[in-house]
Amino acid sequence: MSQDELEDIEIELFLEAIFRYYGFDFRNYARKSIKRRIWHTINQEGLKSVSALQDKVLHDNESMKRFLLNLSVNVTSMFRDPSFYLAFRQKVVPILRTYPFIRIWHAGCSTGEEVYSMAILLQEEEIYHRCILYATDINQTSLYKAKTGIFPLDLMQEYTSNYIQSGGKTSFSEYYTAAYNNAIFSSSLKDNIVFSVHNLASDNSFNEFNVIISRNVLIYFDKVLQSRVHKLFYGSLVKFGILGLGRQETIRFTPHEQDYEAVEPQEKIYRRVA
Amino acid sequence: MLIVIGTSLGGLQALQVILSGFSKNFSVPIAIVQHRHKSSNNNILIDLLQEQTYLVVKEAEDKEDILPGYVYLAPADYHLLIEVGYFSLSLEAPVNYARPSIDVLFETAADSYAQQVIGILLTGANHDGVKGMTRIQARGGFNIVQEPTTALCPTMPSAAIAAGVASVILPLSDIAPFLQTIITTRN
Repeated sequence: MSQDELEDIEIELFLEAIFRYYGFDFRNYARKSIKRRIWHTINQEGLKSVSALQDKVLHDNESMKRFLLNLSVNVTSMFRDPSFYLAFRQKVVPILRTYPFIRIWHAGCSTGEEVYSMAILLQEEEIYHRCILYATDINQTSLYKAKTGIFPLDLMQEYTSNYIQSGGKTSFSEYYTAAYNNAIFSSSLKDNIVFSVHNLASDNSFNEFNVIISRNVLIYFDKVLQSRVHKLFYGSLVKFGILGLGRQETIRFTPHEQDYEAVEPQEKIYRRVA
Repeated sequence: MLIVIGTSLGGLQALQVILSGFSKNFSVPIAIVQHRHKSSNNNILIDLLQEQTYLVVKEAEDKEDILPGYVYLAPADYHLLIEVGYFSLSLEAPVNYARPSIDVLFETAADSYAQQVIGILLTGANHDGVKGMTRIQARGGFNIVQEPTTALCPTMPSAAIAAGVASVILPLSDIAPFLQTIITTRN
């Protein structure tokens, strides 16, 4: 047996152990990516093998916490891929205007940047008061940050540029107050946002939604888990509900390909039709 | 079998030369990391490469199957990872200041395809790709490094040669004919 095959066994056992002991199910995460992050933790902990990390993580809660932090990839920004938000404004908002009440689910919201972006967009389109935004993530630490609505001030230049490209209607600086090195976002943006922990790998749906946004979350899952989550999304969307994915994600290789039509194919905005 | 190509500064011209040298029925899929700015327009790069080749050039999408006849380009600002039979994308931190990173493509290709991988490192101004080629070599794959004097920027190929991970060093114009020959012979 080769070194690689041995390591594959170790990784399977490691993920199984974490699931059985801590309840976090990473068994169907995309294997090459999770392997890289497992090795990142092994090196960080000064260990030599996956088995050694398993021993440490099972007997030391603190090292488990560090592993969890390494696992979540918190790459996000406000109005990330501005053209997505521009398309949302132009193509999706007119549909939403026809609804008396709008439920939006940000599945895998990380530290919240994209949820606040959506809140700003909806306020500017004057439909925010009819919306509830459910912002969920597996990671409690990320959610805690998201709830504060405080982001580093030095990012505001980039975010302002994104905001303008996304079709922003006023001055971006109206939405935050600068304090020390932080930008504290207006609390009115949070009025209709509900933050809560939700694990896409194991939890079920908790409502029926008009819009589900999940961008760059499913890329970390393998095909089996992606199918599960797409089934969950499909079952959670009202008919003609909107699904927004990341720039390089697609509904094409999933079992629900036939159940959606593209609203804006370039931006991966789909509409449930079946 | 799978061909993975990494390049940075000067890569467009080098890729055009290589891709123009493959016949219509070239049977091995090709995945490419070309370093570029995160907001660069991918369509322009695709068009410029497509003009030069019979193969279909496209950006890799998440979980897309890896098929012969295609040239897959890593999208700007995402790492491109090779699973057995399909691609995954990731927004993990940049490696060697790069996302996409050549090392990430090469290392995951080596993990998934072992001795079935051919790695190719072309012109570039940094050291990305050397660790990836080391992994390809360790897993029994084959590494082609561009002869540095034929590279617009010799830093990257020179680093691979210095690390002793090149199976063969070829001038740019010889790489496609060489691949065409070994693939045909294998079939």
